[in-house]
Amino acid sequence: MLRYALLRLLGAIPTLLLVIVLAFLMVHAAPGGPFDDERVLPTDVAANIQAAYHLDESLPQQFFRYMSGLLRGDLGPSYRYRDYSVSELIGRGFPISLQLGALAMALALIVGVSAGTLAALRQNKLPDRIVMFFAMTGISIPVFVIAPVLVLLFAVKLHWLPAGWSGVTGPAKFILPVITLALPQIAYIARLTRASMIDILGRDFIRTARAQGLGTATIIRVHALKPAMLPVLSYMGPAIAAIVTGSVVVEEVFGIPGLGQFFVRGAGNRDYTLVLGIVIFYATLIVSLNLVVDVLYGALDPRVRRR
Amino acid sequence: MSFLEVNGLTIAYGGKRVVDDVSFAIDYSESVGLVGESGSGKSQTALALLGLLPEQAEVHGDIVVDGVSVIGASAKQLSRIRARRIGIVFQDSMQALNPYLKIGKQIRQILLWHDLATGDDADARVIRMFERVGLPDPERQFQVYPHELSGGMRQRVMLAAALIAEPDLLIADEPTTALDVTVQAQILELLEELRDNTALLLITHDLGIVAGHCERMLVFESGRLVDAGATTSLFASPGHAHTRALLDAAPRIDSGNAPAPVNGRTILCAEAVEVTYRDGERGQLHAVNGVNLLLREGETLAVVGESGSGKSSLVRAVLGLVPMISGRVVYAGASLEGPVQTRPVAQRRDLQLIFQDPVGALNPQMRVQEIVGEPLLVHEPGLTSSARLDRVRAILVKVGLEDSHLRRYPHQLSGGQAQRIAIARALILEPKVLICDEAVAALDGSVREQVLALLRQVQRESGLSIIFISHDLAVVRSISHRVAVMYMGCLVEVADNEQLFSQPRHPYTKALIDAVPVPDPIVAPKKAALRGEVGSLLHPPSGCVFHPRCDYAKDICKKEQPEAMNVGGSRVACHRAKEIDLTT
Repeated sequence: MLRYALLRLLGAIPTLLLVIVLAFLMVHAAPGGPFDDERVLPTDVAANIQAAYHLDESLPQQFFRYMSGLLRGDLGPSYRYRDYSVSELIGRGFPISLQLGALAMALALIVGVSAGTLAALRQNKLPDRIVMFFAMTGISIPVFVIAPVLVLLFAVKLHWLPAGWSGVTGPAKFILPVITLALPQIAYIARLTRASMIDILGRDFIRTARAQGLGTATIIRVHALKPAMLPVLSYMGPAIAAIVTGSVVVEEVFGIPGLGQFFVRGAGNRDYTLVLGIVIFYATLIVSLNLVVDVLYGALDPRVRRR
Repeated sequence: MSFLEVNGLTIAYGGKRVVDDVSFAIDYSESVGLVGESGSGKSQTALALLGLLPEQAEVHGDIVVDGVSVIGASAKQLSRIRARRIGIVFQDSMQALNPYLKIGKQIRQILLWHDLATGDDADARVIRMFERVGLPDPERQFQVYPHELSGGMRQRVMLAAALIAEPDLLIADEPTTALDVTVQAQILELLEELRDNTALLLITHDLGIVAGHCERMLVFESGRLVDAGATTSLFASPGHAHTRALLDAAPRIDSGNAPAPVNGRTILCAEAVEVTYRDGERGQLHAVNGVNLLLREGETLAVVGESGSGKSSLVRAVLGLVPMISGRVVYAGASLEGPVQTRPVAQRRDLQLIFQDPVGALNPQMRVQEIVGEPLLVHEPGLTSSARLDRVRAILVKVGLEDSHLRRYPHQLSGGQAQRIAIARALILEPKVLICDEAVAALDGSVREQVLALLRQVQRESGLSIIFISHDLAVVRSISHRVAVMYMGCLVEVADNEQLFSQPRHPYTKALIDAVPVPDPIVAPKKAALRGEVGSLLHPPSGCVFHPRCDYAKDICKKEQPEAMNVGGSRVACHRAKEIDLTT
């Protein structure tokens, strides 16, 4: 298993390399540069700054300079947040994004799996139809629509929850962003769970468990839950990616100083190193989490384990 | 009052009755056989007894278990009947056990749920049960997943699960159908040994099993109970025509007319054929190990053996469907070489194959006329479509089907019809050799007899040579001229039909014959002749591959692989064939 994990990690290197090259080309292809401002600098000052950050070099030269820094673990300085390195900015933003993402994922799993299981047990009956209605709705509406609607309803109209992040103490500020982020995932996981649970509940070994007299709750807990979770587990990889993407929007809407916000600002400011740093960081994170998912898959399915 | 009473049981789906007004009773500690062909409602009845029918089933009538009504029972009442009053063993243990859960945990859960034991006590009881059902190393088995066990061992686990709560009635639904015949004998013996005072409802299509293990029998025909009575009296004088038909269709290994040997010239000859497969990182799997075999013109040669014996790999190598590692196959004077795609078209045409699962072997997207006519597109591309259709029509008549079948899809055919289509597809090219790989294994008795009769008729009319691969010795007895017996990739004995069955020379042949249940209650079932199970092909035993299971094995058997030699009328690969007496 260890050997398998190591091989997979090695296999991820070309993927990461491709991500870096594409991201590098794309930030540089965007019109403008990090030091273009409304207030036009004198040409000699501008040239000095360009030279200081090596922006006067050719693109391949800049790329190799960046890569050699990367190999030493140096993501470079931020162009716009003066005095901060990209690593420091990631260190500041990521803990907040991580809390947000982990909470959203936990919420999505708990609510999604429960709702999906309930729907499977009451297949084609009222509870099933209600769950599936909301799941369809949740999948259809994008995060950037859900977020303002929730703010409008719970913050502006009802005054139950804070609309933003800054100046709010206590966990209340997490509620709306986490729900916004989790909703599409809840919907997706509920649908997946329902489908795989229906499949598993129709298997012969569930009939055997019923023939042994076990009650429905015990059958779900002991016999059905683990196999029914396998498709959900496979979805965790894409789900993590979706939550990362979602967090970019959510942090902007709620004004949360997480990585997503740095990313959006960085992109707007042509802060090349910051954008690249965050892309590489997230790509590595997603690749590693996918690996964890695969290893867990082996742990859940004894037949995959032996290879 | 009986333990179980069923009165006027009717089960319907969407108004269509699958069980129709069935009444019977089972007393404490008696053994009852429930027989019938597939689709006769046997399994539906069994599921109904435990209240396990799906929601859509419309159930009427009464089922009373020890005074408690099953139909309309609450979940709590049902839970008290299941496992503790009635235990059940299903057919396919791979599907019926949870593949994601260690077997110990699956069975312990039954004790926990029914409050029969807790904690270490429960574990100890499970381990004791594993010991009783004959699982080797029971403590270790506790931690094993179902896929790590052989089919026979898994069925022992099913038996342990069914009996752990000490029920009054054990239902066994085709408990040995998926197993090899020597393992079947072991499981049936175990069933008898363990059940003690537990009543038994044994559901099977095999009248031999009923004859050997049941005091009474119930006969089902398309959802109706048509005959019931003591096994001995029903076998002696059936009360219903269907019972008579079932008995007539049940082949007997111990009697009947063996087809006389055929003296044709050799048409196909395999020399020292060897086939191995790579099994991932676990090594080489020795499927066929130096087999010499010849087929005569116009004869049916049966190749028999249990799963893993290499019988299918052998013929697949002959056909070029799997690569041969070494050896040679000669057909009509020419050597057959390379994978089938590279062989000359004429050679391919002369050797045709039909498979076990008739419906699965036919493309579900194609109509019968396309399926049967397809080989002509390759082998006779010049044929006009109307000429092709005429050929298809003619061959359908030959296999006993009609024009009305031409436009059907495979799912619209019965199993017997689908197998006839498969045969028609093979025969339309007028091959010289037809290879039937378990071709009648999936068919019910009466349909099987019809398909066998068709094969005999085709052979009589066209002098076809047939290689008939089968695990069913009783069928082999009735169809083949000669029989080759394989074990773990080795050919252990070849002889004419009569010779082989009346005087087997190899201990394995003898054990195989003895393990076949005889459909006659007067003939007592023999003691399970073989201990243990077929070993691993990854690490085959040294010397004679059969020695670990052989009662006659001596030192030489462990060291040297036996050469084939002629003893009596048989060709046998056994060091001791000349000295041992197997007639007892």
